[in-house]
Amino acid sequence: MYRIFKYVMLDIVKNKIVIVYAIILALFSWSAFSLEDNASKGLLTLLNIVLLTVPLVSILFSTIYIYNSSQFIELLVSHPIKRRKIWMSLFFGLAISLSLAFLLGAGIPILFFADLPKALMMISVGTLITIIFIAIAFLSTILSRDKAKGIGISILLWLYFALLFDGLVLFLLFQFADYPIEKAMVGITALSPIDLARILILLQLDVSAMMGYTGAIFKDFFGTSFGLFISFMLLILWIVIPLGISLIKFKRKDL
Amino acid sequence: MIAINNLSKKFGKLEVLKNINLQLHKAECIALIGPNGCGKTSLIKCILGMVIPNSGDILFNNKSIRKDIDYRKHIGYMPQIGRYPEHMTIGQIISMVKGIRNSKELLDEDLYRQFNIEKLLNKRMSTLSGGTTQKVSATLAFLFDPGVLILDEPTAGLDPLAAEILKEKIIAEKAKGKLILITSHLLSELDGLVSQIIFMQEGQMIFHKEVESIKRETGTDKISSAIVHILKQPVYV
Repeated sequence: MYRIFKYVMLDIVKNKIVIVYAIILALFSWSAFSLEDNASKGLLTLLNIVLLTVPLVSILFSTIYIYNSSQFIELLVSHPIKRRKIWMSLFFGLAISLSLAFLLGAGIPILFFADLPKALMMISVGTLITIIFIAIAFLSTILSRDKAKGIGISILLWLYFALLFDGLVLFLLFQFADYPIEKAMVGITALSPIDLARILILLQLDVSAMMGYTGAIFKDFFGTSFGLFISFMLLILWIVIPLGISLIKFKRKDL
Repeated sequence: MIAINNLSKKFGKLEVLKNINLQLHKAECIALIGPNGCGKTSLIKCILGMVIPNSGDILFNNKSIRKDIDYRKHIGYMPQIGRYPEHMTIGQIISMVKGIRNSKELLDEDLYRQFNIEKLLNKRMSTLSGGTTQKVSATLAFLFDPGVLILDEPTAGLDPLAAEILKEKIIAEKAKGKLILITSHLLSELDGLVSQIIFMQEGQMIFHKEVESIKRETGTDKISSAIVHILKQPVYV
């Protein structure tokens, strides 16, 4: 597996997009922290940028990369290599290179400006979000043989998680405002990795007070170490489930 | 060496392979022929594990290929249209495949030398002509000295000189007792090369016979005229 992984890594690094991505993240982060007068505000600004751009870049780059690797995959399957190894090498290659880009681009300024617990939370959540959206990209590429369709599915999924889901939650919130749905809201956030990530960071920043009663419920749940554990487990499930489904489908795919 | 039992494959509603049964043995050189879209390439891809059959099984040395992928060590495959990562050079492709195979056996570099691949090592795959790509495919197929060679339209796109080199290589490998499976539309090329013929039509195997007996039955001395003779019989039309 290491041998294939090595070729994937070399190939991605040669592709300059990942380097450009790291530089842009660095520019965003350094300017976010330099423009705001305190680190918490800077982190908040950065959070919004990260939660919008990191998923988009991760899912789009991975989707296109996997489609462009179709020849590479085809070359390898007739040789004595398990399909699982090919698929997982691609996954680890993308996950490690994009996570590195995030760590180098955004991680360094975050560590530099924010205090350690907040910085660590932000970095681990950002890395997880990167990997989650790579896993989702693997799922959308296996759903369609057609490149244009696959990229379309990826963009729609990103749109759903980054924008539409919030709209839906807000809609539900207004419709059922008369009912005690605060506890249900905690459950609903698990349905979107981006929202889960946002809440985890916001609670670290002590701005949850502004979210009213719902914020208090969130704090009750996500603020405890048990809640924290559950939410990280949920984020990891968001990696394992799409990747697992794509792997099962890839093993049965005709090339 | 390879046994195919009741193999069927559907692509959606299209049945490309219908209940194929075959026994392929060592030291045989078999031509797989039939009209376009009759399932030749699908059958080959099933043997290689690139296409997953809907039902039936393939045994390689009495072991099912579903569970163990190691059998592919013993197969050299030359695809009809070789698709390679476009940004890689020939040298990188060859060293990658070597690395992945990690074979400890001696490499067979006959074609590598005869096709002069050495001079082309720094060329990117995207700049290659169809014929040169075929040369790379052929070199890779023979490189690891496998016991089974599966060649899908090997001479299509090759210049006469390269085609002749490849043909001689195939004859030399056949003499070593390897199993060779060739698909081709150029029936005249198969004379003197193959010992058996499998004829397929619309996903079904029509016959699997020795070349000699076909020639005797039809009273001809060339494969091409024998096949034409058979095709003209009303049974197969």
